[in-house]
Amino acid sequence: MVSIQNLHKQFNKNVVLSGVDLNISEGGIFAVLGPNGSGKTTLIKSILGMVIPNKGDISVLGKSIKNNSSYRNKIDYLPQIANFPSNLKVRELIKMIKDLRGNTSEDERLINLFKLNPFLNKKLGNLSGGTKQKVNLVLTFMFNSPLIILDEPTTGLDPISLIRLKDLIQSEKANGKTILITSHIMSFVEEVSDEIVFLLEGKIYFKGSISALKTKTNQPDFEHAIASILTENHA
Amino acid sequence: MLKILKYSFYDLMRSRWSYVYLAFYLMLGVMLLFLNNDLSKAVITLMNVIIVLVPLIGTIFGVMYYYNSKEFTELLLAQPLKRSSIFMGQYLGVALSLSMSLVLGLGIPFIFYGIFKSNAIWDFSLLLITGSFLTFIFTALAFNIALSNENRIKGFGYAILLWLFLAVIYDGLFLLFLVVFEDYPLDQFSLIASMLNPIDLSRTLILLKLDISALLGYTGAVFKQFFGTNFGLIISFMALSLWVILPVFRIVRKSKKKDF
Repeated sequence: MVSIQNLHKQFNKNVVLSGVDLNISEGGIFAVLGPNGSGKTTLIKSILGMVIPNKGDISVLGKSIKNNSSYRNKIDYLPQIANFPSNLKVRELIKMIKDLRGNTSEDERLINLFKLNPFLNKKLGNLSGGTKQKVNLVLTFMFNSPLIILDEPTTGLDPISLIRLKDLIQSEKANGKTILITSHIMSFVEEVSDEIVFLLEGKIYFKGSISALKTKTNQPDFEHAIASILTENHA
Repeated sequence: MLKILKYSFYDLMRSRWSYVYLAFYLMLGVMLLFLNNDLSKAVITLMNVIIVLVPLIGTIFGVMYYYNSKEFTELLLAQPLKRSSIFMGQYLGVALSLSMSLVLGLGIPFIFYGIFKSNAIWDFSLLLITGSFLTFIFTALAFNIALSNENRIKGFGYAILLWLFLAVIYDGLFLLFLVVFEDYPLDQFSLIASMLNPIDLSRTLILLKLDISALLGYTGAVFKQFFGTNFGLIISFMALSLWVILPVFRIVRKSKKKDF
């Protein structure tokens, strides 16, 4: 699905990724984890072509992404901070994205799911953070793409929306899609993900299932397993 | 690209500032005609305002739009769109809406005053054309500055400096040079120097069309010989086009390499 070879990226003198090799097979939920500043968002943005790597190759669905923009038709991306043009109305934004990417009828169902109907005619600048995140989710899930990338999807969501989000993710997985998630909420990751990818200092430190991580670190639960990696490497 | 252009244009048309800009030109046009009562004189006064103000507005709007629409741009970058079409669409959206405010704001009062029946129509059209050129040039320069500077304050600073340099300082240096080297033949130099600054170029172009070049003395005669002919006019428009094309080219190149 996604294959990354020897990916390097630095911003000025700050080396963020130094030789990432990663293969993500088709189907399933993959969580990208790592401490702050470990390069999770940079990795995701490189896959999307928003960050141009210094070195290395990325291919999505078998095609290299260099000088290519049409492959993004196959990706649904949820950005980390839901900042939208503030003088657009919710309805107009949804219409605009549909106009840019092609039509879909899924938006109605998602708007109902997240109870966004009363906000459709409000300007995006006047919405609360959580509501913006819901709009963000609608925009992401309304297209039926084989690869879904979610950068911190839980930010600002209330408990009921969080449950709906989890259901949504599971139903997309059942449809055979590949889902890539980053999150700092370990319970959320443990609940939804099939496999985790742990980034540390610009490299992949661990890739495998959660149980494999627990055995590797000799810790009984997931949160402590992650914590032990961090203390071992920073001590 | 056309879809991005449409949305950027639509977005700007709904913003308060476009109306303020339009209203300003409407008022300026009406006031000048009311005070001057003479179309040709109004055109000259207008030129002096346009030559300084249009670049300033183009620069500030360009920088402001780029920084304000950053989120929108990031949203677009994750869509299956080419980078060049995103940025060209936005640039054209800004430049077109500014040019439209200019042309409509000045055009409407002059049309009501009867510009079509007067022989100042060509001077007036030339004024609007160079005004639009200046808008396209300075918006493109502003986008270049904004693309190269992540820091808004720095971006704004450089943009204002650029405007100040081309609108004021350049002329000062030019004059200083003429005074210091007055013993040498300078007409070639002055021709080239005024070609290299779009503001000077537009001013010369309009002044000479208005036939007040007699005021400019000997150099004026040389200029008249050059700019007054069709050949000079074509060269000048080519120079103005180049001033649009080169920065636009850099927008496309720079945007391809940028990280978001």
